[in-house]
Amino acid sequence: MIEAQNLTRRYGRTVAVDSLSFDVRPGSVTGFLGPNGSGKSTTMRLILGLDRPDAGQVRVGGRRYRELRWPLREVGAMLEAKAFHPGRSARSHLAALAAGNAIPRTRVDEVLDLVGLTSAAGRRAGKFSLGMGQRLGVAAALLGDPAVLLLDEPVNGLDPEGVRWIRNLLTSLAAQGRTVFVSSHLISEMALTAERLVVIGRGRLLANTTVAELSAGAASLEAAFFRLTGDSVEYAAKETTS
Amino acid sequence: MTTIAAARMEWIKLRSLRSTWWTLAVTVAGTVGIGLAVGLNSKDAAADLTNNALAGVVPGLLLTGVLGVLTMTSEYSSGTIRATLAVVPRRGVVLAAKAAVFGVVTLIVGEVAAFTAFLAAATTVRHGITAPALSDPGVLRAVMLSGAAFCLIGLLGLGLGAIIRHSAAAVGVLVAGVYVVVQVIGFFAHSAAAYMPILILENSLSTTRPVTCGASCPDFLSAWAGLGMLSLYAVIALVAGGWLLARRDA
Repeated sequence: MIEAQNLTRRYGRTVAVDSLSFDVRPGSVTGFLGPNGSGKSTTMRLILGLDRPDAGQVRVGGRRYRELRWPLREVGAMLEAKAFHPGRSARSHLAALAAGNAIPRTRVDEVLDLVGLTSAAGRRAGKFSLGMGQRLGVAAALLGDPAVLLLDEPVNGLDPEGVRWIRNLLTSLAAQGRTVFVSSHLISEMALTAERLVVIGRGRLLANTTVAELSAGAASLEAAFFRLTGDSVEYAAKETTS
Repeated sequence: MTTIAAARMEWIKLRSLRSTWWTLAVTVAGTVGIGLAVGLNSKDAAADLTNNALAGVVPGLLLTGVLGVLTMTSEYSSGTIRATLAVVPRRGVVLAAKAAVFGVVTLIVGEVAAFTAFLAAATTVRHGITAPALSDPGVLRAVMLSGAAFCLIGLLGLGLGAIIRHSAAAVGVLVAGVYVVVQVIGFFAHSAAAYMPILILENSLSTTRPVTCGASCPDFLSAWAGLGMLSLYAVIALVAGGWLLARRDA
């Protein structure tokens, strides 16, 4: 369960996230949609406490991220494809993260196996392809067997096989009763993966609904999305931040 | 518990980079090599041979200092910092754990370098010079405190890395602060020269007897005051770095 209340964050004069309130519930994949620069990544960073909100708050499992004693055991996140040192092996990277939250060392080999990186685990991660980097990011997110998962653009740059792998993984994680929150600007991908949707534009909430409901009144989910975000895209093109 | 876990994470991160071990190996080899050269070439029986044997500490410090900078800044350049802060959201704990692990490693390596350099010089002196012994007055202190300087300059680098976050800029500030400013200060503000890191090392820490060169020298700090001064520099950098780390977006 993720609960955002009036979340606001400005960078200089640009309002990246504007009084954003939404809940993300367990048991289904919730897509986080919005045009480029609409505040998706900022929201993800606010959830993890990497950036501080100017107003409002966001709770994960009822508590703020910074209050979690062993965060990885409750929240797993993949915010960028390559959040690891290029000179360190995948196994050492995961071993360090596991040690930091008192997660048993055996779990490292489990997640490496789960994402299919066992044979590459000893190599320097800097040599990894984008797809392998994404898999390492997913492995890190799953390390603490968390009830809540956050993934920022997980299918970016993946080949079709990788995309299908992520899709199946996300749906199976949600089916296990976890909260799965996935940002994307790929509407077609969300139509296949997500059951629920949080749509934002210009940092504001545009819709918090189900895929079925949103696409019901339009020719397709894509058409419904463009109708919803039409205004914000124009704005974003002029004053985009990221 | 969370702090111990954070320290274990930092230890795995530090030891799992080959560059860590290369840098530390070169630090020891360079320091000892210079000690050896000093031993073989000493001809002045009246000189402070211990101080000369530790001459390699001066360039050696640069390596642990830069390693300290990179230990912090490489997290920013690679994006690892976000993974780190996701594991340990209390940022003060992150920097404290890093400082503790890095401090212990560089203290051990620094002491190994200093003692080996001293022994290398002491066992190779020729030309009829009496070799200094660790039991001679002030010798053990000089060697130990010089070894500790590796750790303190390393921690200064770590703090600067946390403040500045960019590798090249932070290394620049470190080199300027430790090696360049002293040249300028030497000309313009004589009494302040005694507080410059390199002069503290050369004239306070690694000497067995007070350095006097008449009116042309400032009053140098005693060995322990010098150690305190270097520690203060490291603490100031780490506290400022921790304060900024806790305040800024990552």
